[in-house]
Amino acid sequence: MNLKELVPQKLQEKFPKLSFEFVDYRGDLSVKLEKEHIVEVCRFLKEEPELEFRLCVDVTAIDWAKRKNRFTVVYHMFSLKHNFRLRLKADVDESECCIDSVTSVWKTADWHERETYDMFGITFNNHPDLRRMYMPEEFEYYPLRKDFPLMGIPGSLPLPKKD
Amino acid sequence: MPKLTKDEVHPKIIEALLGTDSDISVDDALENEMVLNMGPQHPATHGVLRVLLRLDGETVVASIPELGYLHRGYEKMAENMSYYEFIPHTDRLDYLSPMANNVAWVLAVEKLAGIEAPPRAQYIRMMIAELARIASHLVAIGSLAMDVGALTVFLWTLREREKILDIWDILCGARFTNSYTRIGGVANDAQPEALAKAKWFIDQFDENLDECERLINTNRIFIERLEGAGVISGNDAIEMGMTGPSLRGSGVAYDLRRNSPYLCYNDMDFNVVTYSEGDSLARYFVRADEARESAKIVRQVLDKMPQGEVLLNQPKKVLPHKTEIYTKMEELIYDFMIVNFGINPPEGDIYHAIEGSKGELGFYLVSKGEGHPWRCKIRSPSMVNLQSLPHLIKGRMVSDVVAIIGSIDPIMGEADK
Repeated sequence: MNLKELVPQKLQEKFPKLSFEFVDYRGDLSVKLEKEHIVEVCRFLKEEPELEFRLCVDVTAIDWAKRKNRFTVVYHMFSLKHNFRLRLKADVDESECCIDSVTSVWKTADWHERETYDMFGITFNNHPDLRRMYMPEEFEYYPLRKDFPLMGIPGSLPLPKKD
Repeated sequence: MPKLTKDEVHPKIIEALLGTDSDISVDDALENEMVLNMGPQHPATHGVLRVLLRLDGETVVASIPELGYLHRGYEKMAENMSYYEFIPHTDRLDYLSPMANNVAWVLAVEKLAGIEAPPRAQYIRMMIAELARIASHLVAIGSLAMDVGALTVFLWTLREREKILDIWDILCGARFTNSYTRIGGVANDAQPEALAKAKWFIDQFDENLDECERLINTNRIFIERLEGAGVISGNDAIEMGMTGPSLRGSGVAYDLRRNSPYLCYNDMDFNVVTYSEGDSLARYFVRADEARESAKIVRQVLDKMPQGEVLLNQPKKVLPHKTEIYTKMEELIYDFMIVNFGINPPEGDIYHAIEGSKGELGFYLVSKGEGHPWRCKIRSPSMVNLQSLPHLIKGRMVSDVVAIIGSIDPIMGEADK
């Protein structure tokens, strides 16, 4: 059976109360869900024997700048059994800028989530080691947010002190 | 080496490194446990990778890789330039196989815009992507051998790589930062000289690679340094998100050229090389065998390469040839529009990945119908592969750390973006 039909069917069977939004664009299937359920859905997708999305390819976020739910956290996963790629999306609002971490499902999500935290300032609950990935720990801004200027902010990265 | 003081290491890093089960500190190390700072300017870390090691004697108890010393913010830059303008920047990601990055980027943009390059351009792209893989693996093999003390191999593999750079010189005029591909095709048709040189290269390549391999495959020091060092099982490797030769060295046949084929890889006959040991030596063998398989693909590509256009004739999305711009009004207008406003793909988001030389190199692009991407995420294999480093070096000696980093083959330009 085609995974494009199987994934929505399985998800709706397993989580009848949740509302999913399925979009098929240019051959990529993406599923939108509420952020509260991200961990259980990811665990189901990984452990369900007919799906087996064992490889978490990527975790990232999009900043929509002026929208009500300002951020969308995006997960990419790959099923080695079926050679199928799936995308999950969950909206995160700026006022409550956090989402549950999926490191308990895939260990590799660790650095991806650190990078997302570093670049967008989205906090991942229950993350084992949420530090900045690329920027120095003292850096106060989140560079990939749309309100951060391309030129950077003068003085935000202090030069090394002279002795 | 001057002693590391607490002021130089952020408390959060120390906390992550030491965990809760230890009471040692940086300033006042206990008798046999200490914290060693390796990098970011260490020749064996292949760039600016910094690893903090917590050692018991010479054994690694825990480690924290620190990235970001080469972070240039390419994702932010991509959001502020058009799809065409970003092509030269992809050269600077994995700077050992710039051609493969060019191919990955244009394939992602083409998927977003809903266009497809003509067959000849696709074959040329396959050829350059495979040659880039060979070049990158040659450097990986050479520098791994150099890391464990065999210097001659490095010179010999770089000599081979030099020949590939010569092909690129003929092909696009640049040896290192190529920017050869274009949205909807490639910059110019492959010259007969370039194709002849590629043919000549792969005809002599197998023999020369054998020669390089003979130097180290029976070298006891080389084998013993790598065998059993940095072992990771297939399941763990998937769990840690490893891709590319590092994953295939653990016995998982995951290769995007087979698992989700792009370009014309479906028509090509090649094997996905896997080794089941999962140690550094297996990762080295995978690279060597994969270089041979790539040469096989290049040979088939050269045999089957069709004639025809190398750039799509669709002026709304693809920059037309200069000759047409100067002679036709319509093309002149579109050229003006593309240069000033970009190609404006329809609203939507796509993810496209190719099998780069280090693993899955993917681009996640979000378009809002403008000339600039709204969001561009680079899924870089080097960064994800490095994540498993603490797992690989745990319980090994400091000298093994060098060999294991070499066997994962991280490129910091790509890992730090």
